[in-house]
Amino acid sequence: MREMVAFTLRNAGFEVSEAEDGQRAISVLNGQSVNLIITDLNMPNMDGIALIRHLRADTRHKATPILILTTESDGEKKNQGRSAGATGWLVKPFSPEKLIELVNRVCP
Amino acid sequence: MDPFAQFKKTYFEECAELLESAQQHLNDLQEGNGSGETLHAIFRAVHSIKGGAGSFGFKRLVGVAHALETLLDAMREGKLEPRPDTVKLLLRATDSLSDIIAAKQREEIVPENFAADIVEALEEALGKSRSHDEEADSNAKSESSVVESTGTYRIRFSPRAEIFQKANEPLLILRELRKLGALSAQADLSKLPPLNVMKAEDAYIAWNLSLTTTASRKAVEEVFEFVSDDCELHIEADGVQDGNEPTPVSRADFSEQTPVKSADRESANGAARLQSIRVDIEKVDRLVNLVGELVITQAMLSQQSDSLSVEQFPSLIQGIEALSQHARELQESVMAIRAQPVKSVFARMPRLVRELASALGKDIKLVTTGENTEIDKTVIEQLSDPLTHMIRNSVDHGIERPEERSAAGKPACGVISLSAEHRSGRIVIEISDDGRGINRERVLRKAKEKGLISADANLSDDEIDNLIFLPGFSTAESVSNISGRGVGMDVVKRNIQALGGRIALQSKQGAGSRFILSLPLTLAVLDGMVVAVGPECYVIPLTHIIESLRPKPKNIYPLVGRGHVLSIRGAYVPLVFLHQYFDVKGAVTDPSRAIVVLVETESHGRIGLVVDELIGQQQVVVKSLEANYDPVAGVSAATILGNGRVALIIDVAALETSVPSSADGMLTLPGHVN
Repeated sequence: MREMVAFTLRNAGFEVSEAEDGQRAISVLNGQSVNLIITDLNMPNMDGIALIRHLRADTRHKATPILILTTESDGEKKNQGRSAGATGWLVKPFSPEKLIELVNRVCP
Repeated sequence: MDPFAQFKKTYFEECAELLESAQQHLNDLQEGNGSGETLHAIFRAVHSIKGGAGSFGFKRLVGVAHALETLLDAMREGKLEPRPDTVKLLLRATDSLSDIIAAKQREEIVPENFAADIVEALEEALGKSRSHDEEADSNAKSESSVVESTGTYRIRFSPRAEIFQKANEPLLILRELRKLGALSAQADLSKLPPLNVMKAEDAYIAWNLSLTTTASRKAVEEVFEFVSDDCELHIEADGVQDGNEPTPVSRADFSEQTPVKSADRESANGAARLQSIRVDIEKVDRLVNLVGELVITQAMLSQQSDSLSVEQFPSLIQGIEALSQHARELQESVMAIRAQPVKSVFARMPRLVRELASALGKDIKLVTTGENTEIDKTVIEQLSDPLTHMIRNSVDHGIERPEERSAAGKPACGVISLSAEHRSGRIVIEISDDGRGINRERVLRKAKEKGLISADANLSDDEIDNLIFLPGFSTAESVSNISGRGVGMDVVKRNIQALGGRIALQSKQGAGSRFILSLPLTLAVLDGMVVAVGPECYVIPLTHIIESLRPKPKNIYPLVGRGHVLSIRGAYVPLVFLHQYFDVKGAVTDPSRAIVVLVETESHGRIGLVVDELIGQQQVVVKSLEANYDPVAGVSAATILGNGRVALIIDVAALETSVPSSADGMLTLPGHVN
């Protein structure tokens, strides 16, 4: 999934940094600033919700758009993600076009 | 090279699982075991398949899945009753999804009108629910109406501070709106406080917007999708065709999701859904291999430590014992990884029975139990063909037509049961039906006609039943291309035996037949009898061994030409001298001073293997020779014994072919060459 998203985004001309879980994501983000963060909810070591909370508490990433990937039946998780501070969501499975459309929508 | 090939592969695997689960649920519905959760689960499965199909551009798959999904949606909303013929239609629809997916896997083009009849039927069934529909379902309307109407929406958009907290930008939203049509915006600055009071992160500006667009109301609402919770939003439609009264948009997307309790989902599956990960089978095989090596090395250590004195090396000996324990446990755990529920093989059977039964005009139900019983993956793969064949036989020859059944006082619907369970260290799979059973007169007659047994042979019921396992046998009067001819049960038996398994048959005329398969838990490890021939060691698979004995000289008869036979209990069994077959020097040549191991082979033939002595029964790790050598006649694989020596595992079937004989024990000359 992550590969497919990265692949699609790179193809569309975006620069992409990846991480396997929330913990890694934080280290990756320590070194750079990004325009958009896309995260799954179920991850080992630090899940999506915790990651979003962490990022929103950090001044560097307070205003960075965050998109969460969710499955249709994950209503509860989606709510949690939103109250933690997610900007928007993308429902799995999604088409590459939808992904790009959404990225363009939340990212100036 | 298709860049998406890897993702497609994963998608197809997921589809297989989803369809299996959906069909399982549909079966539950048919049996009347459905719960409220069942319809939701089926909907979700089809929805997921449709989603992925969209990603890859599988248009027809999307089309059929969409029709199916829409009907399922109506059903789960309670707008349509799950009647038996509706459920049958749903099953046929999932079958056709399966077909399309299979075609896509083969990279074939699926015609645009594939399964058009099913789509039509789905839409028709849906049409009936529409007439019961009381609520104006705005979603359905916006999806089904293609008519473009220009309307104007007046929108009041009043973001709250939370919007910025989530990094949403009102400006971006306005831009999105503008993509839909002509937008005029007026900022409402009435709430702006003086600068010294203003908080940088709060929201003070609201907008009054007027949007003229051909887009549907839903599309407009979608633009505000992400922020709907964090603002006040009023959308008023002016002069739009659907004439909806303006309603404040509430949590648009969230309310449409039917909240799914994960506990429900788990219980609906019957068995608890444990967490799992996908692993490449090669990695598992490598692991199995390495553990096998570990076990061998550990066995060598154990043997070495046997010769050490306990007083001198107490901790060393203890350590090696503990090691041996751990190695055994490790091996069991690793074997368990490769074990999968038989469900995957059983899953194809209901559809098979459905289609065949309907093609033959019979009414048949397939009952499966023990689908969660686990067997080694390689065994499962090889089970598929034999099982399919036997079930076909049951449907084709076993179960009678409804009229016949009623006339015989049986329920018109025939039952085939398929079960799997662990029994004393093996897997036992049973296929039974309540059909007409084996017609023994016909079997006997056919066998005599084909010369498979002598004309005056007198056989017990059991023996007659087992005649169907002989090569070249088929009682089908008309060779239907359903069960085929004679390639039947003998191939099944051979396949099962190749897996180290056994097959038995019980039948009662008029009441039905039952096939009982007994399989080893795994192929990587074998129970064998280690024997010595000269300085060499060989392993004979335990499943083939009937008995071993030291023959009396008077029971050994030389046969004119070559070879010897052993007379045992009234039958003559050809002897195969392993030292001759494998050209081993220094072995015992006089059979009366050696041990004869009686083994049973494929066609119930028996041969006696002459060896020097029996070393002992042992579980050995099977190591394949194929990686390094061409196939060697008579040898199926090899292993390393505890003493570090290599022992070849004997391929009993190959040895048998070197000694042609017929079923009743009458011998032709042994033809094996030295």
